[in-house]
Amino acid sequence: MQKNYFLGKVSGLLILSALLVLLGTLLGSMGASWNISAADQTVLFDIRLPRSLGAYLAGALLGLAGGIAQSLFRNPLADPYLLGSASGALLGVGSILCFAYLGNAWLEIIGLNGGAFLGALMGVLASLLLAGGYSNSLRLLLSGVVISVILGAANSLFTFIRPDLFQSIQSFMLGNTSLLNWPGVTIMIIALALCLVITLLISPVLDALSLGENTARTLGLPLDQLRLIFIGILALATGCAVAQTGLVAFVGLAAPHLVRKFSGGRQRIQLLFSCLGGGILLLSSDLLARTLFAPIEIPVGVVTAVLGGLYLLILLRRTPLGVRS
Amino acid sequence: MKNPKRMQLWSPTRYLAFVLTAFLLGFSLAVFAAPVSVADDRGVTVVFDQAPQRIVSLLPSITESVCALGKCSALVGVDRFSNWPKSIQELPKLGGMGDINIERIVQLKPDVVLLEKASPVIARLNGLGIKTFALDVKSMNDERRALQKLDVVLGTSESARVWNQIEKEIMRASKQLPSKEKNISVYFEVNPAPFAAGGTSFIGEILTQLNLVNIIPESLGPFPKMNPEFVVQAKPDVILLTESTAVDIQKRPGWNSIPAVHKKRICAFTGDQNDVLVRPGPRMGEAALLISQCVQEKMSSSR
Repeated sequence: MQKNYFLGKVSGLLILSALLVLLGTLLGSMGASWNISAADQTVLFDIRLPRSLGAYLAGALLGLAGGIAQSLFRNPLADPYLLGSASGALLGVGSILCFAYLGNAWLEIIGLNGGAFLGALMGVLASLLLAGGYSNSLRLLLSGVVISVILGAANSLFTFIRPDLFQSIQSFMLGNTSLLNWPGVTIMIIALALCLVITLLISPVLDALSLGENTARTLGLPLDQLRLIFIGILALATGCAVAQTGLVAFVGLAAPHLVRKFSGGRQRIQLLFSCLGGGILLLSSDLLARTLFAPIEIPVGVVTAVLGGLYLLILLRRTPLGVRS
Repeated sequence: MKNPKRMQLWSPTRYLAFVLTAFLLGFSLAVFAAPVSVADDRGVTVVFDQAPQRIVSLLPSITESVCALGKCSALVGVDRFSNWPKSIQELPKLGGMGDINIERIVQLKPDVVLLEKASPVIARLNGLGIKTFALDVKSMNDERRALQKLDVVLGTSESARVWNQIEKEIMRASKQLPSKEKNISVYFEVNPAPFAAGGTSFIGEILTQLNLVNIIPESLGPFPKMNPEFVVQAKPDVILLTESTAVDIQKRPGWNSIPAVHKKRICAFTGDQNDVLVRPGPRMGEAALLISQCVQEKMSSSR
């Protein structure tokens, strides 16, 4: 019986996702165009479809990373940008914008996306190094904060030296789904598949962790190694998403909360649903961002923050602070 | 017969008093004639007892305007981005957008600081007793008004000449484009986010004066952030942007289907050229020439 409910919920979410992707290919800069055969094929298949799919995948990656972060650190306010990945990615983008212009061939090959990805990984690694390992969650969180502040300052210095880059960097900070392409979508599909499979395989350790660190240890699980794998997935998923769409706010934080009611407390289901929820949240935000004032676009991060924030606010009003249950 | 009364009237004391009054009257007239009061773009009336001899300019386009009016020599300091004309390169640089060096400005003892309307340092400078004159230049008409106001402030009478020069150059630029090249649709990208130059911006106005068709509708405001799909569907004949973004524009999804991209009609402007293009100052005529020259080149080479 439990199983059937689960299948029903998953298929429901998947159908909603498919509908949103379809809607995404129909809604363009000039409003809806219902007549697919008459529309320009390049516009449909080279612009709108990869954009919609890409937004969905990036949201799914962020949702998954957010779910992992919240379970791993046992904190409902944890989000995927926690371990210095966001400021690292920002620094990566800043350096590429700053130095590739000077004609450094290597930096041009890496490109903006590569820079964001490498920067995110570097931020997480720096946090790990500063914390002296991954066994103490609190230490890790704090070093994540420290690294974020330091890398953020370095990035401010870039915008200070080259104020003409300010708008480009800001558009990265607010999230930008408008330039998603097929190679980006492919990378995200591979990353998502990899992250999701490993996560679902080792998710029982999170159930054990939810009982407390000491209890988890008594169960005889290789806690430290598994935690490192989770941190690795967190970094990979966040890095891939950020590299393609910039720092979309709030998706990773809000998605796990959006689906918490459906999952019934089991970590494996919770993570899977966080993933789907993140995709749905970011894609619907993208749809709003590009149609509300078309053909002008609102930065997608503004929309996710408003949508996710409103939902959390309603949740907060309804339930007394026991969001985690 | 002498009239004693008349003798009295022209006594030395009377004479002295007359001269003195006349002198004082003349002097005070001179004092009253000199002060000019000009309303700046905030609507604040600024009074100048005499034409300012020491000027600080905190915006490149204002610096260029001051020099075009022939008062370059009165400049004692500029912001970090002012780089034209060459003669100002030796002047103290007083910082950029967020880091204006107030102390240094005070040390320079300027008679007036010319700056942008939204500048955060206006209140601070006024508090320190330094006169500020704020300008807000977004359109071509704004620049014309700014030149006229600066003329009054600086005590010059060059604004009409400078403005005529700009208009003459734009006219020449427009004539450069052969009539068969008219009504070419163009897309001017200000920033790869992508932000476009809309019809109400001064760049859009220049495009209109050149009889080029801007694909961005006027209703979207001066510099809207566009959905890139809109550009693909609008199929511009020529794309104008800066050198640094010219490479990655081919990598954008679907952009290869734009005539401008696959026919290689992309005007990639260098940093120096870009300075001319994005500053609403006296070099707008030069900007028009740059645009018309490049558009003509690209159109004729791809035919």
